[in-house]
Amino acid sequence: MKSTPSTDNTPGSNKIKRRTLLGGAATAAVVLVQTAFGKMVQRAVPEAALKSLIDPTHTPGTPPGKVGTRSPFEKPVKKASDISSRTPLQDLYGMLTPSDLHFERNHAGVPEIDPSQHKLVLHGMVNKPMVFTLADLKRFPSVSRICFIECSGNYRGGREDLSPQEIAGLTSQSEWTGVMLATLFREVGVKSGATWFLAEGSDAAVMTRSVPVAKGWEDAMVVYAQNGEAIRPEQGYPFRLLLPGWEGNTSVKWLRRIELSDQPFMTREETSKYTEPVAGGKIRQFSFVMDARSIITFPAYPVHVERGWIEIRGLAWSGRGKIVTVEVSTDGGKHWQAAKLQEPVLDKAHTYFRYLWQWNGEETVIMSRAVDETGYTQPFLRQLKEVRGTAGGYHFNPVTGWHIRRDGDVVLQPDSGT
Amino acid sequence: MVISCVLMLNACSPDRAKDADTTAWPSHFGFGRAASDEEIAAWDIDVRPDGLGLPAGSGTVLRGRALYQVRCARCHGASGWGGPYMALVEHTEPGVGKGERADKTIGSYWPYATTLYDYIHRAMPYDSAGILSPDEVYSVTAWLLHANGIIDSTTVLTAETLPRVAMPAQPLFIPDDRRGGAEVR
Repeated sequence: MKSTPSTDNTPGSNKIKRRTLLGGAATAAVVLVQTAFGKMVQRAVPEAALKSLIDPTHTPGTPPGKVGTRSPFEKPVKKASDISSRTPLQDLYGMLTPSDLHFERNHAGVPEIDPSQHKLVLHGMVNKPMVFTLADLKRFPSVSRICFIECSGNYRGGREDLSPQEIAGLTSQSEWTGVMLATLFREVGVKSGATWFLAEGSDAAVMTRSVPVAKGWEDAMVVYAQNGEAIRPEQGYPFRLLLPGWEGNTSVKWLRRIELSDQPFMTREETSKYTEPVAGGKIRQFSFVMDARSIITFPAYPVHVERGWIEIRGLAWSGRGKIVTVEVSTDGGKHWQAAKLQEPVLDKAHTYFRYLWQWNGEETVIMSRAVDETGYTQPFLRQLKEVRGTAGGYHFNPVTGWHIRRDGDVVLQPDSGT
Repeated sequence: MVISCVLMLNACSPDRAKDADTTAWPSHFGFGRAASDEEIAAWDIDVRPDGLGLPAGSGTVLRGRALYQVRCARCHGASGWGGPYMALVEHTEPGVGKGERADKTIGSYWPYATTLYDYIHRAMPYDSAGILSPDEVYSVTAWLLHANGIIDSTTVLTAETLPRVAMPAQPLFIPDDRRGGAEVR
């Protein structure tokens, strides 16, 4: 960022010789061009040069750069509120989320952390309380896995004009790399009576969650990399806890402390926040696992479709294991057919599904439902309302239906399956 | 596929983590260093329901009422509700309190009184978290519990008395009963 953009590096000056621009040729057009630094600038283009600017086969393009860029024609963005920003599911392809489009949920902003000043303390019911730096963590056996992280408050509905991003954009998927928490547990020697641990972040919320020790031994990780590079500040730089398949809040970001205990700590997030009302006036607590869910991301609001062949596409995932089936209905739920699951189908991971359909132009509702390897089938809104007594809240994973109107407009069907 | 195989081997057992690699793991790698008592104490601020972690000090409803007006009312309303952020106190006006259902207050929804101390100390006030002294945190906690009708105006909160405060919502909480499979819960 310290260097000054050189005009010689701009696409315009590569495509059009400086002499040409200064040579007195009449200006044929004023066009917007993007510099190598992403800044849009106006350029006067003489008529003779206009053709070569439009046709990229006549003059060399931008030389290799230090960091890649998105095409200026592609502008996928997160939808941000004060407390979260949502992944544009409808703009993405396949199973992975670009790191800069991974959803965010934070409780007191993104802290700026110098990794040389940061440390992880493991203490409590351990034989040897220890401190690990980022450099220490990187020396341990380094494990990578692909899995989703989903906020448990990932449902919106009740209106027609909601996109996949707005309905379920608080789920994203990356390849995460780090050290197994089990490896660190062995290093400090977890005492036999320890049943829970507290994970604490280094943000201004000093975020805390209690986690059963069994999850720590099973598949928890402390991850320092995301999609091949250092984890991003919004995702917990320099490292975060990763609890595959569990509600995102438990994968504590900016991790600074793990304390082993013989009981949960009953922090604010796990008592007054990430709990949900269920039948009988009770409140369900420590509901960690994200149940199976799917959503069609194409066609979906706000796209417009034409009659003929349409490949219905979407994502399905389960915190309890692999997705085994995604069923698609194109007649409002009367009939269901199996969609094609795009390989690889991974444990606790977004799975891309596809279903080829010929739309005859008649008004209809399309929807998908996921089945995971425990035999759990994604419920309809009506079923969730029955068992929860609410029409929303945490761990709300209903079937999402898209109403396709005769004119090809696609809108959310707010009461799918009722 | 390699990734998932490795993780399947890792599942459920600390000893199997090392089996996934090509060479035997040592019992300890020796990376990192011992944590000192001082650096643990500097960060070990959590408070459990049994009171473990509560510091010395005390707080009163009277002092808490004044502190609340200075430190908290701007966001949470003069009486604990009706502000731009979460309602903390039971009240009768429905829909008041941005972003928070009127029935999710300390009185109706918080199962442990110790959580109030832990949270206020660690994360409040929002724009300057962690600045309140133990006496101030005990006092704000006392006023909030009193405003919710849980303790009387003369109760003094300390490390001994706070864990003994019974919260009305505590009996409502049940552990997760979802187990996968066909049933929707």
